[in-house]
Amino acid sequence: MKDHEHILQNIEQDGIDRRGFLKCMAWAGTGVLWTVSGGVLISRTLAQIAKVGASSLPATDLSFLQISDSHIGFNKEANKDVTETFKIALDRINAMPTPPSFLIHTGDITQLSKPEEFDTFDQLVKTCRTKDVFYVPGEHDVLNDGGKIYRDRYLKSVEAKGSGWYSFNKNGVHFIGLVNVLNLQAGGLGQLGEEQLDWLKDDVKDLGADTPIVVFAHIPLWTVYPQWGWGTSDSERALGFLKRFGSVTVLNGHIHQVLQKIEGNVTFHTAMSTAFPQPAPGAAASPGPMKVPAEKLRGMLGLTTVQYKQGNTALAVVDSNLS
Amino acid sequence: MMTFIRKNIKAILLISLVVLNFCVAALGDDAGVATSSDKKNTVEIKEFAFNPPTLKVKAGEKITWINRDEEPHTVVSVGKKFQKSPALDTDQEFTITAGAPGTYEYFCSVHPKMIGTIVVE
Repeated sequence: MKDHEHILQNIEQDGIDRRGFLKCMAWAGTGVLWTVSGGVLISRTLAQIAKVGASSLPATDLSFLQISDSHIGFNKEANKDVTETFKIALDRINAMPTPPSFLIHTGDITQLSKPEEFDTFDQLVKTCRTKDVFYVPGEHDVLNDGGKIYRDRYLKSVEAKGSGWYSFNKNGVHFIGLVNVLNLQAGGLGQLGEEQLDWLKDDVKDLGADTPIVVFAHIPLWTVYPQWGWGTSDSERALGFLKRFGSVTVLNGHIHQVLQKIEGNVTFHTAMSTAFPQPAPGAAASPGPMKVPAEKLRGMLGLTTVQYKQGNTALAVVDSNLS
Repeated sequence: MMTFIRKNIKAILLISLVVLNFCVAALGDDAGVATSSDKKNTVEIKEFAFNPPTLKVKAGEKITWINRDEEPHTVVSVGKKFQKSPALDTDQEFTITAGAPGTYEYFCSVHPKMIGTIVVE
C-alpha cells in the first residue's frame, strides 16, 4: 500500500499543521514523544531527547507503561523465543530511573489461551518492579472458553463488569478498559456490544469535561484496515460518549506496530508487540506474523510509556523498541 | 445436523480400526473398495482464508479443515448448526461428518473476516 493517509490524515484541522509530521512520525515508528505546550503539539524523537538529556522532558504527575501482545507460547519462525523478548521488555522497565506507576497490558498475553502459557506469563510479570498491572483481553486469550481463565486471573484488582470491562481513576485521570474480542460475528470486526456501550455511557456521565480520559482495548477502536479486521464495528458509538471531553487518549494493541491518529481531542495510538511484528496495513497477503532478519527483530518490538502532567491537555506517548 | 469427531475419541477410533483391520483380513481380497464416505474433502486455511471458500460434499462424507497459518484459527458455524472446532494451531486438523443436506456458513471466531460455506447435497 503506497498511501497511508487514510489513517494519518488529520480530519479536524485546527490551524496546526499536524498532518505532515504525523505522517513522518507514525512511520518513523519507535521513538516519538508527544507533548502539548500552550495548546501546540510538539514532537521530539528519542534521539533528540538523548542529545539534550532527560531534563528536557516535562515534569510529570503520572507515568504509566503499555505493554502488548506478548503471545507467550508462540514459537514460529517470526520469533522462536517470545519469552526471551518479553523478559527483555521487563528488563527495560526495571531499568527505568523512575519506574512507571503501573502497567497496562493491551491483550494477547498468550498465543493459544493455554493455562501453562498464562502460568509462564505470570511468573515473568512477577519479576517486574512495577507490580500493578491492568489488563484487557486479546482474542488469543479467550480462544476456547470465552475468556474464563483470563477473567479468573487478571481482573482481581478491578471491579469488572460483564465480560470483563472496568474503569478506575489515577491522579485525576479516568481510565477505561474495554473488551472488544468476544462474541465476534461472521464477516465483522471487533465488537463492544450493547451491554458494554450502555455501561460506558453511564460510567462517564458524571465526569467533568476537563477529566483526562484514557481508553484501552485490544483491537483498535478506530478503523485502521477493515480488510484485515483491524477495527471495531461499534467504536464510533463509544467515542461518541467521549466527545465532550477535552483530552481522550486511546491505547490499543493487536496490530503489532505503532500507528497514531489525532482527531479533534482524541489521540489514537497502537503499540508494538513484545513478540513479533506484523505487516503494515495491506503490505502483505495477510496480517500473519512478519518474518524479519534476526538482527532487525528487536528493533520492531517494544513498549510505550505514557506521561500525564496536570493542566496539560494531552498525554505524552513515547514508544521505545527493544534493540 | 452434522456430527463431530473429537480428538479425544481417537483411542476409540484406533480400536475400531484394529477391529476393522481384523475384519478386512478375514474378508480377504474383497476388501479395500473406497466408499463415498472415504472421499477426502479438505479445506485448507492459509493466509487468513478458507480454501476453497465453498465446498460441496455429499451427506455422510467427512470434511477436514487444516490450518497452514502461523496463527490459530477456528471453524464456527453461523447459527451454531454444527459443533465448533477448538482453536487450531499450525498444521492442526478438525474433521466433521456432513449431515443433512443444506448450506452451512461458517467463520473463524478469532478473525471473523474469514468466512466459508459448506454445501451438503
